[in-house]
Amino acid sequence: MAQVLISTVTVGAGGAASIDFTSIPQTYTDLLIVLSGRCNDGASVQDGVRMSINGVTTNRSFKQLVGVGTAATVNGGTDDYLGNVTGGTATANSHASMNLYFPNYASTTLNKPFSQEIVPETNSSAINMFVTAGLWSSTAAITSLSFYITGFSWVQYSTASIYGIK
Amino acid sequence: MSNPIRLEVNCETGEVTEIELTDAEVAELEAQRVAYEAEQTRLATEAEAKAAQKTAVLSALAEAAGLDVAEVTAVLGF
Repeated sequence: MAQVLISTVTVGAGGAASIDFTSIPQTYTDLLIVLSGRCNDGASVQDGVRMSINGVTTNRSFKQLVGVGTAATVNGGTDDYLGNVTGGTATANSHASMNLYFPNYASTTLNKPFSQEIVPETNSSAINMFVTAGLWSSTAAITSLSFYITGFSWVQYSTASIYGIK
Repeated sequence: MSNPIRLEVNCETGEVTEIELTDAEVAELEAQRVAYEAEQTRLATEAEAKAAQKTAVLSALAEAAGLDVAEVTAVLGF
């Protein structure tokens, strides 16, 4: 198995409302997205990060295990939510860390499950961590992915990379 | 460039383009922010109410059992 970097991007000084990967090559078996990010919400330690697939947020479902402090809860939904990223009141210069994996992303016959984990980083026991099992119920091949924060923007030095797995 | 931008990465060419949001997209972003903050406030209020209810129940149980709240908490396992 080989992991090939397809593209990587770093947010500049002005921030970015979303990071969009388009024209994703259909030549790999799986996709891996690695993201290091923080948002500009000056009132929160963490905020929800979301993903659209091929420009849509429908036909989605997920279940996730959420850890906070010494407790764990479960969460689920049918929207585009992935978990939380580091917010503006978190420890300075700390970013969330996220991995997201799509097997068989180029299939035109299978639905698209994904697994994902994200940890918004700060020096506090009240920060959450998320492990998600998700599904996009569509047989369409994945050609674009967008990552954004509800109502806020990615700050400078947030980075996202997309890898193809062969 | 006055509106926020989004970063579009063309994975075939590697080209990264900064695209300015339209006024409508900015308005949608702001609406999302307001809705999100309202939801966070609602969740926080709900959590505070549950915590207060739990404290009241524990106090009532403790009083009825002739114990203190810490002892009731220990007996119930939380």
